[in-house]
Amino acid sequence: MTAPTPSPAPHSYVSPIPVRRAHLGDALASEWTKIRSLRSTMWTLGVMVLLMLGVGFGVALIVAAASEYPAENESALGMGFFGLLLGSICVMTLGVLTIASEYGTGMIRTTLTACPSRGRVLLAKAIVFFALVFTITTLTATVVAVAQVALVSGPEPTVDQWLRATVGAGLFLALTGLVSLAVGTLIRHSAGAITIMIGVMLMPLVAAMFMMAESLSGVRDWLLAYALPSQMIALYSSVPVEGASGPTGWDPVWIMLVLALGALGGAFAVLNSRDV
Amino acid sequence: MIEAIGLTKRYGAKTAVYNLSFQVRPGVVTGFLGPNGSGKSTTMRMILGLDRPTAGSVTIGGHPFPQLPNAPRQVGALLDAKAVHGGRSARNHLLSLAQLAGIPAQRVDEVLGVVGLQEVARQRSKGFSLGMGQRLGIAAALLGDPQVLLFDEPVNGLDPEGILWVRNLMRKLASEGRTVFVSSHLMSEMALTADHLIVIGRGQLLADMPVREFIAANSAGFARVRTPEGEPEQREKLTAALTEAGGQVLSEPDGALRVAGLPLPRISDLAHGADVRLWELSPHQASLEEAYMRLTQGAVDYRSTDDRLAHLQAPPQPGQPGYGQPPQPVIPEVPQQGWYAPPPPGQNPYASPQPSDTPKDAR
Amino acid sequence: MIEVEGLTKRYGTKTAVDHLSFRVRPGMITGFLGPNGAGKSTTMRMMLDLDNPTSGTVRIDGRHYRDLDEPLKYIGALLDAKAMHGGRSAYNNLLCLAQSNRIPERRVGEVLELVGLTAVARKKSKGFSLGMGQRLGIASALLGDPEILMFDEPVNGLDPEGIHWIRNLMKALAAEGRTIFVSSHLMSEMALTADHLIVIGQGKLLADTSMADFIQQNSRSYVRLRSPQRERVRDVLHAHGFTAVEAGGGALEVDGATTERLGELAAENGLVLHELSSQRASLEEAFMRMTAGAVEYHAHGTDIHGGALAAPGPRWGATSEEA
Repeated sequence: MTAPTPSPAPHSYVSPIPVRRAHLGDALASEWTKIRSLRSTMWTLGVMVLLMLGVGFGVALIVAAASEYPAENESALGMGFFGLLLGSICVMTLGVLTIASEYGTGMIRTTLTACPSRGRVLLAKAIVFFALVFTITTLTATVVAVAQVALVSGPEPTVDQWLRATVGAGLFLALTGLVSLAVGTLIRHSAGAITIMIGVMLMPLVAAMFMMAESLSGVRDWLLAYALPSQMIALYSSVPVEGASGPTGWDPVWIMLVLALGALGGAFAVLNSRDV
Repeated sequence: MIEAIGLTKRYGAKTAVYNLSFQVRPGVVTGFLGPNGSGKSTTMRMILGLDRPTAGSVTIGGHPFPQLPNAPRQVGALLDAKAVHGGRSARNHLLSLAQLAGIPAQRVDEVLGVVGLQEVARQRSKGFSLGMGQRLGIAAALLGDPQVLLFDEPVNGLDPEGILWVRNLMRKLASEGRTVFVSSHLMSEMALTADHLIVIGRGQLLADMPVREFIAANSAGFARVRTPEGEPEQREKLTAALTEAGGQVLSEPDGALRVAGLPLPRISDLAHGADVRLWELSPHQASLEEAYMRLTQGAVDYRSTDDRLAHLQAPPQPGQPGYGQPPQPVIPEVPQQGWYAPPPPGQNPYASPQPSDTPKDAR
Repeated sequence: MIEVEGLTKRYGTKTAVDHLSFRVRPGMITGFLGPNGAGKSTTMRMMLDLDNPTSGTVRIDGRHYRDLDEPLKYIGALLDAKAMHGGRSAYNNLLCLAQSNRIPERRVGEVLELVGLTAVARKKSKGFSLGMGQRLGIASALLGDPEILMFDEPVNGLDPEGIHWIRNLMKALAAEGRTIFVSSHLMSEMALTADHLIVIGQGKLLADTSMADFIQQNSRSYVRLRSPQRERVRDVLHAHGFTAVEAGGGALEVDGATTERLGELAAENGLVLHELSSQRASLEEAFMRMTAGAVEYHAHGTDIHGGALAAPGPRWGATSEEA
């Protein structure tokens, strides 16, 4: 063994089973057990899937029943936005709970005693959460996208648009979830962190709505372009949502990636330095 | 082995632990005692790397906790049995902990069997009673077959069988050569379990020695002597002889004498010399609780203000030995009733004397 | 005095309490023992009229709980210390209780001082530690200065001084002639506290005796002797029909004798004794023996602890040589 083993004092017990150093794979297995063994996980994801499917199909059926197609140069995929918006709330909740519920029950102490490498614990949570949410969201978004294109007669979407509506949506939501995970680590309180995340999503739009003054028009435009719901719309379209500049296409995914990395970095630093 | 050197922890202006140094050795059960607020939990958290010391260090087997390659294989801890997610089954809870250390699932079923939770393994821990939650916590500590075990209030919520089982478990683990570190408020339990004691108060070390030495250092052993009933002169003769020989004599509620400062053979000789027959001559050691209370006087935050309860012994009445004598120095208080046969029901020795009661000598 | 007569409680097909009859007398501390699930909490709740018995009666000084005008002045109970509104301060929690039973407000300050919580009286009780919450519960039990006090696991969460304090408090209260009823799992504590014992198992009464009788009936008691004249002592004892057995450390143990008898015997024969003490088992030992023999004690025949310390099946890491 290359890792330092504790030197046993004379007449002290040594376990007959050889000790091997614990690694990230162990932490991943542990986090997967944790996330899959809770009914609340299944409920949250189940609700998300139902919402995305329900809203997606519903909107598609309504538009299909209407006599004319609303957006001339946009494909039908853009309607997936509504389900995505609702699904994001579920993902944020799950992201926060993945870490904050451990603080709430006090289990965080047991976890960190079992794995003193705090960074490894957080990384394992992030990876397992991301993989789970990405997979489920992408699959659901794909079903919704296929259904929407089939039900509504509109321009045929390009491959890039297909990718954005399925994989892009999955990535966007999963990355949003990672930001929630980081916020949960920082705040350590489930209700507080969820409130913050939903507030971050909605507040910029609400604030922008009330910025009537001309001098604030720059701020307003920026908020309207970069608020989360706007970014979700932008994910599906090729032109910016507000004005000339603003995120389009894959931009929201990149923005969310930077946010997630930054937030997680902050969470790592805080987790390592704080007393539990 | 756990070793703390100059361990200090400050939270802002408040010092929780100051300059604490001790060793917890393998092969014995070491009790960790101290009043509430003395820094016990803080110390245990620092041992497990949950709090970072302001100064000093603590190591397990020579390594600080965060640097252990596989912590659950070397250290197992029961700090707070309620720290389990209620929505998860017992088995899944233990499984997630086992996987963190690369321990196979088979071991999870094994420890569930050891603590007796195999029947409820698949049930969600929300429905567990306090005792079951406690056993789950003990199972988690045992998972990695660790060399070092830390328990904080392990018998909380357990029924008498469970309490006996935990006591035997800890002794067995210690006898295997493991390091067992137990923190508890139950002195009477601790006296039956621990071999060595570490006592802290107000964040500082008060004692670090074997239990026997601790009791001897903080209290006086004594002898209980009874003379034949119905012969008060025998008792008085003996009291006089003992006092003259330098012993300190107190009356006990049931009429016996409590003698400190003289070895038993000497008491026997003195009785023989005074022509007094003895109906009992037994050696007694103070309880751990008594020794502990003496040591920690003044190191407690929330004390009860009730004075009237501090003296349970009725003051000596005229005619009884001890009446009119100057106050005896450094005498342990009258022990709890468990040290001698409790009186029959209805006759409470601590009841204030009623006029109709027969005088105690004639009982 | 509390009189329980034929008390029975059934939940559907399950009988939690089965025709219990006993008396809890004043002037002493009565300990209430039994394993988890034996029906202890159910019985205590029925005594406080929190549950309705299926049959049987509980009388407090001859009356039903419901017929008492201001029950807190008759019975004070500590069943669950967490049953206080966290948002209210300690003082106000007790004040509500006091006012509901027309107990004067000054009594609140008195009991808070008695339990040592005066310093935190105005703090919200949700911030209390387990021990402080326990003390608050004790204060509420004492509020009405009642004749009867019931405690369920009173030392839970208390530190050693608190444990010492509550034990002495209960003794002093019993000495004043009150009726004290304590339920606990801690045998070592119970041995120091109780005068009389009531033991139940699976809802049935198993024992109702004094502490001394209980220990004597359920364990071996003997006299231990030490003497420089060991051989002579043995001969004398043998001549009078006592068998002395060698024990460790040069002591002799004699079954079936009292220290009085042996003391007289020694005096008559001019024997020098360096120790003459009666040895009893601990309450725990006596309790374990009694309940091991009682078939009604365990709900299931199997040992719930899975065979003590042995693990079933092949041990983790066991090689073929070890297994």
